[in-house]
Amino acid sequence: MIELDNLCKTYEIGGDEVHALDHASLKIEDGEFVSIIGPSGSGKSTLMNIVGCLDVADGGDYYLDGVPIENYKEDELARIRNEKIGFVFQNFNLLSRLSAEENIELPLVYQQIHKEERKRRVDEAISRVSLERRRKHKPVELSGGQQQRVAIARALVTKPSMILADEPTGNLDSKTGDEIMELFHELHKQGNTIVLITHDEKVANQAERKVRILDGRVYEEESE
Amino acid sequence: MVIQSVKMAMDSIMSNKLRSFLTMLGMIIGVMSLVILVSIVNGATKSVTDSIANIGTNMLAVNIKDDKDEPLSLDEIEELIDYDSVKNVAPYSTGSATAKYERTSESISLYGTTGAYYDIKGLSLERGRFIKNADVEGSTFVAVINQTAAQELFGQTHVVGETISLNGYRFTVIGVLEEEESTKGNVSERLEAYIPFTALSKITGNTRNVSSLYISSADEESMDAVENEITKFLYQRFSYDSDAFSITNSSTIMEAMSSVNDTMKWMLGGIAAISLLVGGIGIMNIMLVSVTERTREIGIRKAIGARKKTILMQFLIEALLVSVMGCLIGILLSAATVAGINRFVDSLSASMSVDIVMIAMGFSAFIGVVFGIYPAYKAANKPPIEALRYSN
Repeated sequence: MIELDNLCKTYEIGGDEVHALDHASLKIEDGEFVSIIGPSGSGKSTLMNIVGCLDVADGGDYYLDGVPIENYKEDELARIRNEKIGFVFQNFNLLSRLSAEENIELPLVYQQIHKEERKRRVDEAISRVSLERRRKHKPVELSGGQQQRVAIARALVTKPSMILADEPTGNLDSKTGDEIMELFHELHKQGNTIVLITHDEKVANQAERKVRILDGRVYEEESE
Repeated sequence: MVIQSVKMAMDSIMSNKLRSFLTMLGMIIGVMSLVILVSIVNGATKSVTDSIANIGTNMLAVNIKDDKDEPLSLDEIEELIDYDSVKNVAPYSTGSATAKYERTSESISLYGTTGAYYDIKGLSLERGRFIKNADVEGSTFVAVINQTAAQELFGQTHVVGETISLNGYRFTVIGVLEEEESTKGNVSERLEAYIPFTALSKITGNTRNVSSLYISSADEESMDAVENEITKFLYQRFSYDSDAFSITNSSTIMEAMSSVNDTMKWMLGGIAAISLLVGGIGIMNIMLVSVTERTREIGIRKAIGARKKTILMQFLIEALLVSVMGCLIGILLSAATVAGINRFVDSLSASMSVDIVMIAMGFSAFIGVVFGIYPAYKAANKPPIEALRYSN
């Protein structure tokens, strides 16, 4: 469960104060599929960084699974990201020197999980994204859609509290994009919490709940 | 975790082979110069020490520089043996002559001495006998020649009883020395003949006075006692003038030599250490470039849960691997070079010790850590958002 209560984040750009987040509040229950939509400069990325524990807010409270995330040191945030959040990025962000399965395994390596257990969980994640035949391939040998599947498997493998997807279809053609969205729906049905950040109305509308962000404020919207 | 880090570091080293090799080259050259230079000095020390040990470490060489018109006589010299710590005393003088046997004629070095010379210098005979005291008293024209002289003059060593001519005087060969260990196979060795001290005075027209002599002690411990007694004796004998004579102690020579060699070792080792340091700076330079290039990788790793320590370890191990691999290659090449020097360069002998290999290893690892820590620290402290945003 995710709870944002009056989050604020202010940047100073060229002497001017910019309120990237202005008392933003939001609550996401376990198992929800929420899309957060907003144009660029709306505070979308800032919200995603804070929800993803890559950054911390200046004011307000953020509870992740009931635990307040505040004033944590970098290493503690790293541990939370590792255990509770699965990232899926627009540009996939795979490590180019590692094979598909090694990329998927990496979060488990950082958890210092035993080798056999790692293999078991990587196998499971690979079969969830249907990439059994590509597991030994390096990212450059995979298509965009396949790379995004690897990234999704990497996000799934730690059994996180939420999958945080930032424009996951942004770099894909519409057909492949649809396939990836289909995969998110499947994962949602299997009980995963999915937070999808996008500027694309069509993508956002596929979620069961739509949240709009504008000038650092969050507005609830009815899904069409 | 460490195994993972080593594997990742290996991956990254192998993914850019040329760059990794060039970075290692600094270490390779540094290690090679360290190991090879120190090995050569080691070899030199060894051969000097060996040749001094051959002469014997319980020997004094005395030279009279100013006899104050009261030169030492042979009889006086023999009395020195009455000192408790003195074992043997042998006067000697040198000269050169033309040695002839049948039609062969060679220039030869002459040593005029007594029987004690044989023991003091630790000589050994292949055939015959050495000079005896009776030969000295009677100024007999007998000669003991070395291997080279026997070979050059006679072409063989079964020559005891033969007669050679030294500057026209006829000498009977009474003995042939064994080939010296240290000069084995050395064709340029000089021809030498040992004759009674008195016989040399006769044929060269020199006085029978003694200006050079060797004194041996019973053992190495009593060397200092001998040196003190002889110094005291000579001091009184030559009107309390300490400049009238000089005493050289073979162990002093050895100490001096080994201190010179130690200095050389430190100096060359220091120069080589500087080149290792330069190699280390090369590693740091490349690691800094690599950290910048891999900013995005660092961001991804951090986003999915890598801690600072993990990133730090990864880059540190990479620097360490480069330096240690460079060091190992350097040691292998050094071993080959040292073997090559010993095989093909006659004037040098190199000896590679375990010590220097250990020092090179330790120093390389140290350099890897010292010059790797800053780039690794820089990598570990990149904020994940900025690192993710970085595009290359």
